[in-house]
Amino acid sequence: MTEPLDNFRSETRDWLEANCPPEMRTPMRSEKDACWGGRHFEFQSPAQKQWLEVMGARGWTVPDWPSDYGGGGLSAPEAKILREEMARIGARSPLTSFGISMLGPALLKYGTEEQKKRYLPQIARGEIRWCQGYSEPGAGSDLAGLQTRAEDRGDHYLVNGQKVWTSYADQADWIFCLVRTSSESKHGGISFLLFDMESPGVTTKPILLISGYSPFCETFFDDVKVPKDQLVGEENKGWDVAKYLLGHEREMISGMGLGGGKATLGDSVGPIDDPLLRAELAAFDVDALAFQAMSEKFIDELKAGQAHPAMPSMMKYAGTELNKRRHELIMAAGGSDALEWDSERSKGGKQARDWLRTKANSIEGGTSEIQLGIVAKHILRLPGA
Amino acid sequence: MMILTDDQRMLQDTVRPFMADEGAIKTQLRHWRDTNCKDGFGHGLWKQFAELGLTGILVPEAQGGAGLGMIEAGVVLEEIGRNLTPSPFLTTAVAAVRALEGSAQAERWFPGIVAGETVAALAIDEGRNHDPARIECRAERSGNGFTLSGQKQFVVHGGSADVLLIAARTAGSAGEREGVTLFAIGKDASGLTLDSAGLADSSKAARITLDRVAVDADAVVGDVDGGWAPLSRALNAGRAGAASELVGVAAGAAEMTFDYLKQRKQFGRLIGEFQALQHRAAHLYGEIEIARAAALKAAQLLDAGDYRAELMTSVAKAKAARVGALAVQEGVQMHGGIGMTDEHDIGLYMKREAVLSELFGGPRFHAGEVARLSGY
Repeated sequence: MTEPLDNFRSETRDWLEANCPPEMRTPMRSEKDACWGGRHFEFQSPAQKQWLEVMGARGWTVPDWPSDYGGGGLSAPEAKILREEMARIGARSPLTSFGISMLGPALLKYGTEEQKKRYLPQIARGEIRWCQGYSEPGAGSDLAGLQTRAEDRGDHYLVNGQKVWTSYADQADWIFCLVRTSSESKHGGISFLLFDMESPGVTTKPILLISGYSPFCETFFDDVKVPKDQLVGEENKGWDVAKYLLGHEREMISGMGLGGGKATLGDSVGPIDDPLLRAELAAFDVDALAFQAMSEKFIDELKAGQAHPAMPSMMKYAGTELNKRRHELIMAAGGSDALEWDSERSKGGKQARDWLRTKANSIEGGTSEIQLGIVAKHILRLPGA
Repeated sequence: MMILTDDQRMLQDTVRPFMADEGAIKTQLRHWRDTNCKDGFGHGLWKQFAELGLTGILVPEAQGGAGLGMIEAGVVLEEIGRNLTPSPFLTTAVAAVRALEGSAQAERWFPGIVAGETVAALAIDEGRNHDPARIECRAERSGNGFTLSGQKQFVVHGGSADVLLIAARTAGSAGEREGVTLFAIGKDASGLTLDSAGLADSSKAARITLDRVAVDADAVVGDVDGGWAPLSRALNAGRAGAASELVGVAAGAAEMTFDYLKQRKQFGRLIGEFQALQHRAAHLYGEIEIARAAALKAAQLLDAGDYRAELMTSVAKAKAARVGALAVQEGVQMHGGIGMTDEHDIGLYMKREAVLSELFGGPRFHAGEVARLSGY
């Protein structure tokens, strides 16, 4: 297109060639291959550590964040070139992080200057791993019905209550947490707090899921003291922050529709003898490639500030339903092989466990039904929605 | 970037009100249908297209056209779809122009196309389902030229066409891509008979019989036995264009339906208040967005000459057809009884969608192409 961008592309290509270790240019086999960072993270290889360090130092874990806060300071077209060049060599994401995909954008919009300087660079370098304290036993789809209380104790809040479905709470260093600071108004009594998971009074308990995995936890708060400078936005105005963050969470989850960088399925399930299975795979691949185009368009529109604020809901719905269908088809193609649960041959039942894991996709981050309701209300403006 | 440029937006801003006004269902589709027009479209509107520079949208500037690409053609086609505007734009200005470009035949036909005076039609299909590799129509060498025999069907606008682009076999056998040759033949050729019929959407398509039709060698578009090249250029453009038009049909039907949900009352409430309908409407909205992105991506890859263009074109055509079908079916269902009447426009969307879905290959054909191109 333009010369500066061409130069940026060739410089980026050269830099990646020199700095991306070969082991980091292979597809991730599962969530376990992701680099999550944090105080207690055990790197799977020296290459994984090195990749995080060189990318973090350049701010390219968060290419479009301002460089003042540890980001790469890239323009939208430059960030797209970086994504394309990383995809070209099959480079793994150096850091998978709720700090990057959820908290960071919310802090950039609602955080004080001090909060941005304190938290964002740590996120960019992968030093602190964050978890999300949103859902509660009595507040799932009706999230604003949450009851975890934070009492004003002068210089700090005292937090008591329970969260559930807290992803990786047992491995996280800090939490961004919705709490009730007033019971006078449902949505208008919620505040957004940040605190250390090592604070006295915080306990976590992993939940065993149907997949046999335990990515989610119950998290309990018993007289947890949170300094007041760790409130994001104004007291009782946390719902705005919460909703803004949810848009980013949904944007992240919608990426599940992309099949981990390989959208099509029919060319990777092995020999297909059954013409009916072939037809289903072909129909799936049409939808998957169309969704991939949509995803590219959506990100371009987001970065250009042209996306409707409710579009992440549409994308989250479409991407997660597609991912569930992908795994239904992987199971169908795999037949009885795919049903093995504990054999070495099946890598400990990987296909079956991954298939069951995807069933959470259309629940976590707001159910498909919640997303459809948001689209009906905010985009279609249907009455009473 | 998957975002329209300022110039493309300006084109959209021009074409959208033009089509909604001049190309409206009442003044075009219903008018020509109800007056039993033999063409099924108005030549006056085709002239207006020319005045706006639309008929030559893909024609190179050196040959009097606008020299634009499939993204711009797609912008126009989405508005055509939204208004069900009958015109030979897709067959003539998109598919035929792509077939003829760069050939000696271009000099002969482009001026008339740019001026809005010439209509071209593609004669490809020989059976009830699109399968261009299975062409059996024969063209035998004779003297300085060729003699064509065979039959064609689903030749959209064939009865109105000044020139027919006919794919025939000069070598090889049905199922092979090699050995196909594309001919540009005037409508008055001796031995060519044409039986034009109205389709469900009130457009016209012809069945053509070729009985030893003699043509000169200069009727060949591109190379003898190498007709697959211009043919696939025409088909890719036609398919990507049909995908954009289908997105417009789906969007037009959906907008009409979403409006209806906000007006119609039952049980003392607007029916749009019912969650059973809200979720289906929201799902439809998302599917249309996805189909539009697929059509844009296909157009972009075609314009860039990217190797993935053929795959993405099949994706776009298949997806747009599926989504178009969903939109018109939900449209009629959500309108209830009034949706079944000829008086209401929503049913017209269903009929147009069915024809566009089949044109240049239906969703099953294109899903098969996606599988073939992906190697399974």
